[in-house]
Amino acid sequence: MSTIPADLRYATSHEWARLEADGTVTVGISDHAQEALGDVVFIELPEVGKTLAAGQEAGVVESVKAASDIYTPVGGEVIAINQDLADSPESVNSDPYASWFFKLKPSDVSELDKLLDATAYQATAGDDA
Amino acid sequence: MGQRTPLYDLHLALGAKMVDFGGWDMPLHYGSQVEEHHQVRRDCGVFDVSHMCVIDVSGSQAKAYLQHLLANDVERLHFPGKALYSAMLNEQGGVIDDLIVYLTDAAEGQRGYRLVVNAATRDKDLAWMRQQSGAFAVELNERSELAMLAIQGPHARAKTCELVTQARAALIHELQPFQGLAEGDWFIARTGYTGEDGLEIMLPADQAVAFFNDLVGAGTSPIGLGARDTLRLEAGMNLYGQDMDESVTPLAANMAWSVAWAPAGRQFVGRKVLEELNSTGVQSRLVGLVLEERGVLRAHQVVRVGGVGEGEITSGSFSPTLGKSIALARVPTATGERAEVEIRGKWYPVRVVKPMFVRHGKALI
Repeated sequence: MSTIPADLRYATSHEWARLEADGTVTVGISDHAQEALGDVVFIELPEVGKTLAAGQEAGVVESVKAASDIYTPVGGEVIAINQDLADSPESVNSDPYASWFFKLKPSDVSELDKLLDATAYQATAGDDA
Repeated sequence: MGQRTPLYDLHLALGAKMVDFGGWDMPLHYGSQVEEHHQVRRDCGVFDVSHMCVIDVSGSQAKAYLQHLLANDVERLHFPGKALYSAMLNEQGGVIDDLIVYLTDAAEGQRGYRLVVNAATRDKDLAWMRQQSGAFAVELNERSELAMLAIQGPHARAKTCELVTQARAALIHELQPFQGLAEGDWFIARTGYTGEDGLEIMLPADQAVAFFNDLVGAGTSPIGLGARDTLRLEAGMNLYGQDMDESVTPLAANMAWSVAWAPAGRQFVGRKVLEELNSTGVQSRLVGLVLEERGVLRAHQVVRVGGVGEGEITSGSFSPTLGKSIALARVPTATGERAEVEIRGKWYPVRVVKPMFVRHGKALI
Protein backbone atom coordinates (compact mmCIF):
# COMPACT_ATOMS: atom_id res chain seq x y z
CA MET A 1 0.00 0.00 0.00
CA SER A 2 1.65 3.23 -1.06
CA THR A 3 1.60 6.54 0.78
CA ILE A 4 -0.24 9.52 -0.79
CA PRO A 5 0.10 12.72 1.28
CA ALA A 6 -3.07 14.82 1.23
CA ASP A 7 -1.28 18.18 0.87
CA LEU A 8 0.22 17.42 -2.56
CA ARG A 9 -1.17 17.42 -6.08
CA TYR A 10 -0.47 14.57 -8.49
CA ALA A 11 -0.09 14.02 -12.23
CA THR A 12 -1.49 10.87 -13.83
CA SER A 13 2.13 10.16 -14.86
CA HIS A 14 2.90 9.78 -11.10
CA GLU A 15 4.76 13.00 -10.30
CA TRP A 16 3.80 15.01 -7.23
CA ALA A 17 3.77 18.84 -7.01
CA ARG A 18 3.77 21.06 -3.96
CA LEU A 19 3.01 24.79 -3.97
CA GLU A 20 5.47 26.43 -1.57
CA ALA A 21 4.81 29.57 0.51
CA ASP A 22 7.08 31.60 -1.79
CA GLY A 23 4.98 30.71 -4.84
CA THR A 24 7.42 28.17 -6.29
CA VAL A 25 6.45 24.57 -7.06
CA THR A 26 8.48 21.55 -5.95
CA VAL A 27 8.27 18.34 -8.00
CA GLY A 28 9.10 14.70 -7.28
CA ILE A 29 7.74 11.23 -8.01
CA SER A 30 5.14 9.42 -5.93
CA ASP A 31 5.58 6.48 -3.62
CA HIS A 32 3.54 4.42 -6.05
CA ALA A 33 5.97 5.38 -8.85
CA GLN A 34 9.12 4.48 -6.91
CA GLU A 35 7.59 1.18 -5.89
CA ALA A 36 6.73 0.33 -9.48
CA LEU A 37 10.21 1.32 -10.71
CA GLY A 38 12.17 -0.65 -8.13
CA ASP A 39 15.63 0.43 -6.93
CA VAL A 40 16.49 3.79 -8.47
CA VAL A 41 20.14 3.97 -9.58
CA PHE A 42 20.41 7.16 -11.62
CA ILE A 43 18.41 10.32 -12.24
CA GLU A 44 18.75 12.78 -15.09
CA LEU A 45 17.41 16.21 -14.09
CA PRO A 46 16.50 19.23 -16.24
CA GLU A 47 18.86 22.19 -16.56
CA VAL A 48 18.36 25.14 -14.27
CA GLY A 49 17.01 28.08 -16.25
CA LYS A 50 15.14 25.92 -18.71
CA THR A 51 11.47 26.73 -19.29
CA LEU A 52 9.15 23.77 -19.55
CA ALA A 53 5.48 23.47 -20.48
CA ALA A 54 3.12 21.40 -18.34
CA GLY A 55 3.42 17.75 -19.33
CA GLN A 56 6.79 18.25 -21.01
CA GLU A 57 9.61 15.76 -20.47
CA ALA A 58 11.78 16.97 -17.60
CA GLY A 59 14.20 14.13 -16.97
CA VAL A 60 14.66 10.40 -16.66
CA VAL A 61 14.65 7.98 -13.75
CA GLU A 62 16.74 4.86 -14.30
CA SER A 63 15.99 1.96 -11.99
CA VAL A 64 17.45 -1.52 -12.02
CA LYS A 65 14.39 -2.46 -14.05
CA ALA A 66 13.93 0.27 -16.65
CA ALA A 67 14.34 3.88 -17.69
CA SER A 68 11.26 6.06 -17.40
CA ASP A 69 10.69 9.63 -18.38
CA ILE A 70 9.48 12.16 -15.85
CA TYR A 71 7.19 14.99 -16.89
CA THR A 72 6.69 18.31 -15.22
CA PRO A 73 3.17 18.51 -13.81
CA VAL A 74 3.04 22.29 -14.25
CA GLY A 75 4.83 24.65 -16.64
CA GLY A 76 7.49 27.16 -15.63
CA GLU A 77 11.16 27.93 -15.31
CA VAL A 78 13.41 25.43 -13.54
CA ILE A 79 15.01 27.38 -10.66
CA ALA A 80 16.69 24.55 -8.72
CA ILE A 81 17.52 20.86 -9.01
CA ASN A 82 18.24 18.43 -6.19
CA GLN A 83 21.96 17.67 -6.53
CA ASP A 84 21.84 15.20 -3.63
CA LEU A 85 20.03 12.75 -5.88
CA ALA A 86 23.20 12.30 -7.95
CA ASP A 87 24.98 10.75 -4.96
CA SER A 88 22.06 8.99 -3.34
CA PRO A 89 19.42 8.14 -5.93
CA GLU A 90 18.18 5.40 -3.58
CA SER A 91 16.65 8.11 -1.35
CA VAL A 92 13.84 8.29 -3.93
CA ASN A 93 12.94 4.75 -2.83
CA SER A 94 13.29 5.33 0.89
CA ASP A 95 11.63 8.76 1.06
CA PRO A 96 9.97 9.76 -2.22
CA TYR A 97 8.26 12.86 -0.82
CA ALA A 98 11.43 14.35 0.70
CA SER A 99 13.49 13.44 -2.39
CA TRP A 100 12.36 16.28 -4.63
CA PHE A 101 13.67 16.44 -8.22
CA PHE A 102 13.39 20.12 -9.18
CA LYS A 103 11.73 23.42 -8.30
CA LEU A 104 9.87 25.61 -10.75
CA LYS A 105 8.77 29.21 -10.92
CA PRO A 106 5.31 28.37 -12.33
CA SER A 107 4.16 30.31 -15.36
CA ASP A 108 0.52 29.72 -14.44
CA VAL A 109 -0.19 28.64 -10.88
CA SER A 110 -3.75 27.63 -11.83
CA GLU A 111 -2.29 24.62 -13.66
CA LEU A 112 -1.99 23.05 -10.21
CA ASP A 113 -5.78 22.90 -10.03
CA LYS A 114 -5.86 20.67 -13.09
CA LEU A 115 -3.80 18.03 -11.25
CA LEU A 116 -5.30 15.24 -9.16
CA ASP A 117 -5.81 15.57 -5.44
CA ALA A 118 -4.80 12.71 -3.15
CA THR A 119 -8.19 10.97 -3.36
CA ALA A 120 -8.35 11.11 -7.14
CA TYR A 121 -4.72 10.00 -7.43
CA GLN A 122 -5.36 7.12 -5.07
CA ALA A 123 -8.05 5.92 -7.46
CA THR A 124 -5.73 6.21 -10.49
CA ALA A 125 -2.70 4.64 -8.85
CA GLY A 126 -4.92 1.88 -7.57
CA ASP A 127 -6.04 1.11 -11.10
CA ASP A 128 -2.67 0.23 -12.53
CA ALA A 129 -1.05 -0.91 -9.31
CA MET B 1 -2.27 -16.97 -14.06
CA GLY B 2 1.11 -18.54 -14.56
CA GLN B 3 2.52 -21.78 -13.23
CA ARG B 4 3.47 -21.80 -9.57
CA THR B 5 6.32 -23.47 -7.74
CA PRO B 6 5.65 -25.23 -4.40
CA LEU B 7 7.02 -22.07 -2.72
CA TYR B 8 4.51 -19.63 -4.23
CA ASP B 9 2.53 -19.01 -1.03
CA LEU B 10 5.71 -18.62 0.97
CA HIS B 11 6.98 -15.96 -1.44
CA LEU B 12 3.77 -13.99 -0.96
CA ALA B 13 4.02 -14.36 2.81
CA LEU B 14 7.59 -13.00 2.62
CA GLY B 15 6.33 -9.92 0.78
CA ALA B 16 7.59 -10.80 -2.69
CA LYS B 17 6.67 -8.75 -5.70
CA MET B 18 5.74 -11.43 -8.23
CA VAL B 19 6.35 -11.30 -11.98
CA ASP B 20 5.84 -13.57 -14.94
CA PHE B 21 9.01 -15.37 -15.99
CA GLY B 22 8.67 -17.77 -18.89
CA GLY B 23 5.11 -18.61 -17.90
CA TRP B 24 5.89 -18.91 -14.17
CA ASP B 25 4.82 -16.58 -11.36
CA MET B 26 8.16 -15.91 -9.70
CA PRO B 27 9.43 -13.46 -7.06
CA LEU B 28 11.14 -10.39 -8.61
CA HIS B 29 12.29 -9.13 -5.21
CA TYR B 30 11.17 -9.09 -1.60
CA GLY B 31 11.73 -5.36 -1.07
CA SER B 32 15.00 -4.21 -2.62
CA GLN B 33 16.71 -5.94 -5.51
CA VAL B 34 19.97 -4.08 -4.86
CA GLU B 35 20.04 -5.09 -1.18
CA GLU B 36 19.42 -8.71 -2.14
CA HIS B 37 22.28 -8.53 -4.63
CA HIS B 38 24.70 -7.26 -1.95
CA GLN B 39 23.45 -9.89 0.47
CA VAL B 40 24.53 -12.68 -1.89
CA ARG B 41 27.94 -11.11 -2.65
CA ARG B 42 28.68 -10.47 1.04
CA ASP B 43 26.92 -13.25 2.95
CA CYS B 44 24.38 -15.57 1.37
CA GLY B 45 20.86 -15.82 0.04
CA VAL B 46 18.37 -18.43 -1.11
CA PHE B 47 16.61 -18.49 -4.49
CA ASP B 48 13.61 -20.55 -5.52
CA VAL B 49 14.61 -21.97 -8.91
CA SER B 50 12.01 -24.72 -8.97
CA HIS B 51 10.79 -23.45 -12.33
CA MET B 52 13.92 -24.94 -13.91
CA CYS B 53 13.47 -28.28 -15.56
CA VAL B 54 15.25 -31.45 -14.37
CA ILE B 55 15.51 -34.33 -16.84
CA ASP B 56 17.10 -37.68 -16.03
CA VAL B 57 18.64 -39.58 -18.93
CA SER B 58 19.26 -43.32 -18.57
CA GLY B 59 19.54 -46.46 -20.65
CA SER B 60 22.34 -48.48 -22.19
CA GLN B 61 23.06 -45.79 -24.81
CA ALA B 62 22.62 -42.73 -22.59
CA LYS B 63 26.26 -41.72 -23.06
CA ALA B 64 26.23 -42.11 -26.85
CA TYR B 65 22.97 -40.18 -26.99
CA LEU B 66 24.34 -37.21 -25.03
CA GLN B 67 27.54 -37.27 -27.08
CA HIS B 68 25.30 -36.81 -30.12
CA LEU B 69 22.98 -34.25 -28.47
CA LEU B 70 25.41 -31.90 -26.73
CA ALA B 71 28.25 -29.69 -27.96
CA ASN B 72 30.28 -30.49 -24.88
CA ASP B 73 31.40 -34.09 -24.38
CA VAL B 74 30.01 -36.12 -21.45
CA GLU B 75 33.10 -38.34 -21.89
CA ARG B 76 34.75 -35.62 -19.77
CA LEU B 77 32.63 -36.71 -16.80
CA HIS B 78 35.08 -39.21 -15.35
CA PHE B 79 33.25 -40.14 -12.17
CA PRO B 80 29.75 -39.74 -10.68
CA GLY B 81 29.26 -36.27 -9.27
CA LYS B 82 31.07 -34.44 -12.02
CA ALA B 83 29.15 -31.83 -13.95
CA LEU B 84 29.64 -29.91 -17.16
CA TYR B 85 28.07 -26.94 -18.88
CA SER B 86 26.97 -27.43 -22.47
CA ALA B 87 25.00 -25.98 -25.32
CA MET B 88 22.38 -28.07 -27.07
CA LEU B 89 22.49 -27.06 -30.74
CA ASN B 90 20.25 -27.38 -33.76
CA GLU B 91 21.56 -28.54 -37.15
CA GLN B 92 22.43 -24.91 -38.03
CA GLY B 93 24.65 -24.61 -34.95
CA GLY B 94 22.15 -22.33 -33.18
CA VAL B 95 21.71 -22.68 -29.43
CA ILE B 96 18.45 -24.47 -28.53
CA ASP B 97 19.35 -24.16 -24.85
CA ASP B 98 22.26 -24.12 -22.42
CA LEU B 99 22.27 -26.62 -19.59
CA ILE B 100 24.23 -28.43 -16.91
CA VAL B 101 24.65 -32.19 -17.08
CA TYR B 102 25.70 -34.32 -14.08
CA LEU B 103 26.92 -37.90 -14.24
CA THR B 104 24.77 -39.72 -11.66
CA ASP B 105 25.65 -43.36 -12.36
CA ALA B 106 28.82 -44.60 -14.03
CA ALA B 107 28.10 -48.34 -14.09
CA GLU B 108 28.84 -49.64 -17.61
CA GLY B 109 25.65 -50.31 -19.55
CA GLN B 110 23.42 -48.33 -17.18
CA ARG B 111 24.93 -44.90 -17.10
CA GLY B 112 22.70 -42.20 -15.69
CA TYR B 113 22.80 -38.47 -16.24
CA ARG B 114 20.83 -35.56 -14.87
CA LEU B 115 20.24 -32.49 -17.02
CA VAL B 116 19.02 -29.13 -15.75
CA VAL B 117 17.57 -26.94 -18.51
CA ASN B 118 15.87 -23.55 -18.58
CA ALA B 119 12.24 -23.11 -17.57
CA ALA B 120 11.09 -21.08 -20.56
CA THR B 121 12.54 -23.61 -23.02
CA ARG B 122 11.19 -26.74 -21.29
CA ASP B 123 8.69 -27.79 -23.95
CA LYS B 124 10.91 -27.28 -26.99
CA ASP B 125 13.89 -28.88 -25.19
CA LEU B 126 11.91 -32.01 -24.36
CA ALA B 127 10.46 -32.20 -27.87
CA TRP B 128 13.94 -31.86 -29.39
CA MET B 129 15.48 -34.36 -26.99
CA ARG B 130 12.77 -36.93 -27.75
CA GLN B 131 13.13 -36.38 -31.48
CA GLN B 132 16.92 -36.82 -31.28
CA SER B 133 16.63 -39.96 -29.13
CA GLY B 134 15.09 -41.97 -31.99
CA ALA B 135 17.90 -44.42 -32.71
CA PHE B 136 19.27 -44.63 -29.15
CA ALA B 137 18.33 -47.02 -26.36
CA VAL B 138 17.65 -44.23 -23.92
CA GLU B 139 14.98 -43.10 -21.50
CA LEU B 140 14.11 -39.50 -20.68
CA ASN B 141 12.42 -38.84 -17.38
CA GLU B 142 11.27 -35.36 -16.44
CA ARG B 143 11.44 -34.88 -12.68
CA SER B 144 8.75 -32.25 -12.24
CA GLU B 145 8.07 -33.52 -8.71
CA LEU B 146 11.37 -31.98 -7.59
CA ALA B 147 11.76 -28.45 -6.30
CA MET B 148 15.09 -26.67 -6.60
CA LEU B 149 16.70 -24.12 -4.31
CA ALA B 150 19.92 -22.23 -4.96
CA ILE B 151 21.81 -21.11 -1.86
CA GLN B 152 24.55 -18.74 -2.97
CA GLY B 153 27.19 -16.56 -1.37
CA PRO B 154 30.48 -16.87 0.53
CA HIS B 155 28.69 -18.30 3.59
CA ALA B 156 26.16 -20.41 1.70
CA ARG B 157 27.72 -23.81 2.35
CA ALA B 158 28.46 -23.16 6.02
CA LYS B 159 24.95 -21.88 6.71
CA THR B 160 23.33 -24.76 4.83
CA CYS B 161 25.39 -27.36 6.72
CA GLU B 162 23.92 -26.15 10.01
CA LEU B 163 20.41 -27.02 8.87
CA VAL B 164 20.78 -30.42 7.20
CA THR B 165 21.48 -33.99 8.31
CA GLN B 166 25.03 -35.02 9.15
CA ALA B 167 25.29 -37.07 5.98
CA ARG B 168 24.25 -34.13 3.84
CA ALA B 169 26.59 -31.76 5.66
CA ALA B 170 29.43 -34.23 5.07
CA LEU B 171 28.61 -34.33 1.36
CA ILE B 172 28.52 -30.52 1.19
CA HIS B 173 32.01 -30.45 2.74
CA GLU B 174 33.32 -32.96 0.21
CA LEU B 175 31.86 -31.53 -2.98
CA GLN B 176 34.32 -29.68 -5.17
CA PRO B 177 33.12 -26.77 -7.33
CA PHE B 178 30.95 -28.02 -10.19
CA GLN B 179 30.16 -31.36 -8.62
CA GLY B 180 26.82 -32.73 -7.50
CA LEU B 181 25.63 -35.98 -5.89
CA ALA B 182 22.52 -37.52 -4.42
CA GLU B 183 22.10 -37.98 -0.67
CA GLY B 184 18.86 -39.80 0.10
CA ASP B 185 16.12 -38.06 -1.87
CA TRP B 186 18.11 -34.82 -2.19
CA PHE B 187 20.54 -34.03 -5.00
CA ILE B 188 23.12 -31.51 -3.82
CA ALA B 189 25.34 -29.68 -6.30
CA ARG B 190 28.05 -27.08 -5.81
CA THR B 191 26.92 -25.01 -8.76
CA GLY B 192 25.14 -21.73 -9.30
CA TYR B 193 24.46 -18.68 -11.40
CA THR B 194 25.93 -15.87 -9.33
CA GLY B 195 29.74 -16.05 -9.54
CA GLU B 196 29.86 -16.92 -5.83
CA ASP B 197 30.40 -20.19 -4.04
CA GLY B 198 27.16 -21.98 -3.23
CA LEU B 199 24.81 -24.86 -3.76
CA GLU B 200 21.89 -25.89 -5.89
CA ILE B 201 19.71 -28.46 -4.17
CA MET B 202 17.00 -30.52 -5.85
CA LEU B 203 14.61 -32.02 -3.34
CA PRO B 204 11.05 -33.36 -3.14
CA ALA B 205 8.58 -30.50 -3.45
CA ASP B 206 6.94 -31.31 -0.12
CA GLN B 207 10.24 -30.73 1.72
CA ALA B 208 11.15 -27.54 -0.09
CA VAL B 209 8.86 -25.17 1.80
CA ALA B 210 10.13 -26.28 5.20
CA PHE B 211 13.76 -26.09 4.10
CA PHE B 212 13.36 -22.63 2.53
CA ASN B 213 11.65 -21.53 5.74
CA ASP B 214 14.48 -22.96 7.86
CA LEU B 215 17.05 -21.08 5.78
CA VAL B 216 15.18 -17.79 6.04
CA GLY B 217 14.60 -18.37 9.77
CA ALA B 218 18.35 -18.88 10.23
CA GLY B 219 19.09 -15.53 8.58
CA THR B 220 19.56 -16.43 4.92
CA SER B 221 17.76 -13.78 2.87
CA PRO B 222 15.31 -14.81 0.18
CA ILE B 223 16.50 -13.46 -3.18
CA GLY B 224 14.35 -12.71 -6.22
CA LEU B 225 14.92 -13.01 -9.95
CA GLY B 226 15.91 -9.34 -10.16
CA ALA B 227 19.09 -9.86 -8.15
CA ARG B 228 19.61 -13.22 -9.86
CA ASP B 229 19.86 -11.30 -13.13
CA THR B 230 22.33 -8.64 -11.91
CA LEU B 231 24.43 -11.29 -10.15
CA ARG B 232 24.71 -13.48 -13.26
CA LEU B 233 25.40 -10.42 -15.43
CA GLU B 234 28.28 -9.34 -13.17
CA ALA B 235 29.57 -12.93 -13.32
CA GLY B 236 29.41 -12.74 -17.13
CA MET B 237 27.02 -15.66 -17.42
CA ASN B 238 24.67 -15.79 -20.39
CA LEU B 239 20.91 -15.70 -20.07
CA TYR B 240 19.19 -17.88 -22.63
CA GLY B 241 16.80 -15.97 -24.89
CA GLN B 242 18.67 -12.77 -24.27
CA ASP B 243 22.40 -13.33 -24.85
CA MET B 244 21.92 -16.27 -27.20
CA ASP B 245 19.13 -18.19 -28.88
CA GLU B 246 18.61 -20.44 -31.89
CA SER B 247 19.88 -17.76 -34.28
CA VAL B 248 23.26 -17.55 -32.50
CA THR B 249 26.06 -20.11 -32.41
CA PRO B 250 28.06 -20.77 -29.24
CA LEU B 251 31.08 -19.28 -31.04
CA ALA B 252 29.35 -15.88 -31.11
CA ALA B 253 28.04 -16.23 -27.55
CA ASN B 254 31.27 -16.59 -25.57
CA MET B 255 30.58 -20.33 -25.27
CA ALA B 256 33.32 -21.67 -27.55
CA TRP B 257 35.11 -23.01 -24.44
CA SER B 258 32.18 -25.38 -23.87
CA VAL B 259 32.39 -26.94 -27.34
CA ALA B 260 34.42 -30.17 -27.25
CA TRP B 261 36.13 -30.59 -30.66
CA ALA B 262 38.10 -33.69 -29.76
CA PRO B 263 37.68 -36.44 -30.73
CA ALA B 264 37.22 -35.24 -34.30
CA GLY B 265 34.94 -38.18 -35.02
CA ARG B 266 32.24 -37.22 -32.51
CA GLN B 267 29.43 -35.97 -34.73
CA PHE B 268 27.37 -33.88 -32.32
CA VAL B 269 24.40 -31.96 -33.72
CA GLY B 270 25.58 -28.67 -35.22
CA ARG B 271 29.24 -29.66 -35.47
CA LYS B 272 29.46 -29.29 -39.24
CA VAL B 273 28.27 -25.70 -39.24
CA LEU B 274 30.56 -24.73 -36.36
CA GLU B 275 33.55 -26.23 -38.18
CA GLU B 276 32.71 -24.28 -41.32
CA LEU B 277 32.41 -21.09 -39.27
CA ASN B 278 35.74 -21.79 -37.65
CA SER B 279 37.44 -22.00 -41.04
CA THR B 280 35.70 -18.98 -42.59
CA GLY B 281 35.89 -16.89 -39.42
CA VAL B 282 33.22 -15.97 -36.89
CA GLN B 283 31.78 -12.54 -37.64
CA SER B 284 30.78 -11.46 -34.16
CA ARG B 285 31.58 -12.10 -30.52
CA LEU B 286 30.03 -11.46 -27.14
CA VAL B 287 31.96 -8.93 -25.06
CA GLY B 288 31.52 -6.99 -21.84
CA LEU B 289 30.88 -3.24 -21.80
CA VAL B 290 31.47 -0.81 -18.95
CA LEU B 291 29.90 2.65 -18.90
CA GLU B 292 32.07 5.05 -16.91
CA GLU B 293 29.53 7.86 -17.03
CA ARG B 294 26.20 8.01 -15.25
CA GLY B 295 23.50 6.13 -17.08
CA VAL B 296 22.29 2.59 -17.56
CA LEU B 297 23.05 0.25 -20.44
CA ARG B 298 20.03 -1.81 -21.51
CA ALA B 299 19.36 -4.73 -23.83
CA HIS B 300 18.90 -3.75 -27.52
CA GLN B 301 20.79 -0.45 -27.33
CA VAL B 302 22.99 0.02 -30.38
CA VAL B 303 26.77 -0.27 -30.03
CA ARG B 304 28.93 1.64 -32.50
CA VAL B 305 32.55 0.61 -33.02
CA GLY B 306 34.52 3.28 -34.87
CA GLY B 307 35.80 2.04 -38.25
CA VAL B 308 34.51 -1.47 -37.61
CA GLY B 309 30.73 -1.52 -37.56
CA GLU B 310 27.79 -1.89 -35.25
CA GLY B 311 26.59 -4.29 -32.60
CA GLU B 312 23.88 -4.60 -29.99
CA ILE B 313 23.61 -4.93 -26.23
CA THR B 314 22.09 -8.29 -25.31
CA SER B 315 21.91 -7.76 -21.52
CA GLY B 316 22.52 -4.56 -19.62
CA SER B 317 21.90 -3.25 -16.15
CA PHE B 318 23.32 -1.36 -13.24
CA SER B 319 25.99 -3.33 -11.41
CA PRO B 320 25.40 -2.93 -7.67
CA THR B 321 28.88 -4.28 -6.87
CA LEU B 322 30.71 -1.89 -9.22
CA GLY B 323 28.36 1.07 -8.82
CA LYS B 324 28.21 1.60 -12.57
CA SER B 325 26.42 0.16 -15.54
CA ILE B 326 27.68 -2.95 -17.34
CA ALA B 327 26.45 -4.97 -20.29
CA LEU B 328 26.98 -7.96 -22.52
CA ALA B 329 27.00 -7.02 -26.20
CA ARG B 330 27.38 -8.81 -29.50
CA VAL B 331 29.84 -6.81 -31.59
CA PRO B 332 31.94 -7.33 -34.73
CA THR B 333 34.90 -9.65 -34.06
CA ALA B 334 37.40 -6.88 -34.87
CA THR B 335 36.14 -4.64 -32.04
CA GLY B 336 38.95 -3.14 -29.96
CA GLU B 337 38.93 -1.62 -26.49
CA ARG B 338 36.51 1.25 -27.04
CA ALA B 339 33.00 1.62 -28.40
CA GLU B 340 29.98 3.88 -28.06
CA VAL B 341 26.45 3.12 -27.01
CA GLU B 342 23.34 5.06 -27.91
CA ILE B 343 21.20 5.85 -24.88
CA ARG B 344 18.07 7.88 -25.66
CA GLY B 345 19.55 9.51 -28.72
CA LYS B 346 22.93 10.37 -27.20
CA TRP B 347 26.20 8.48 -27.72
CA TYR B 348 28.18 7.47 -24.64
CA PRO B 349 31.74 6.06 -24.67
CA VAL B 350 32.10 2.57 -23.18
CA ARG B 351 35.05 0.34 -22.38
CA VAL B 352 35.11 -3.10 -24.03
CA VAL B 353 36.21 -5.81 -21.57
CA LYS B 354 36.23 -9.57 -21.16
CA PRO B 355 32.67 -10.56 -20.25
CA MET B 356 33.33 -11.29 -16.59
CA PHE B 357 32.98 -8.35 -14.23
CA VAL B 358 32.86 -9.79 -10.69
CA ARG B 359 33.91 -13.13 -9.20
CA HIS B 360 33.82 -14.18 -5.56
CA GLY B 361 32.94 -10.69 -4.41
CA LYS B 362 35.84 -9.03 -6.24
CA ALA B 363 35.78 -6.63 -9.16
CA LEU B 364 37.70 -7.92 -12.19
CA ILE B 365 37.57 -4.80 -14.32
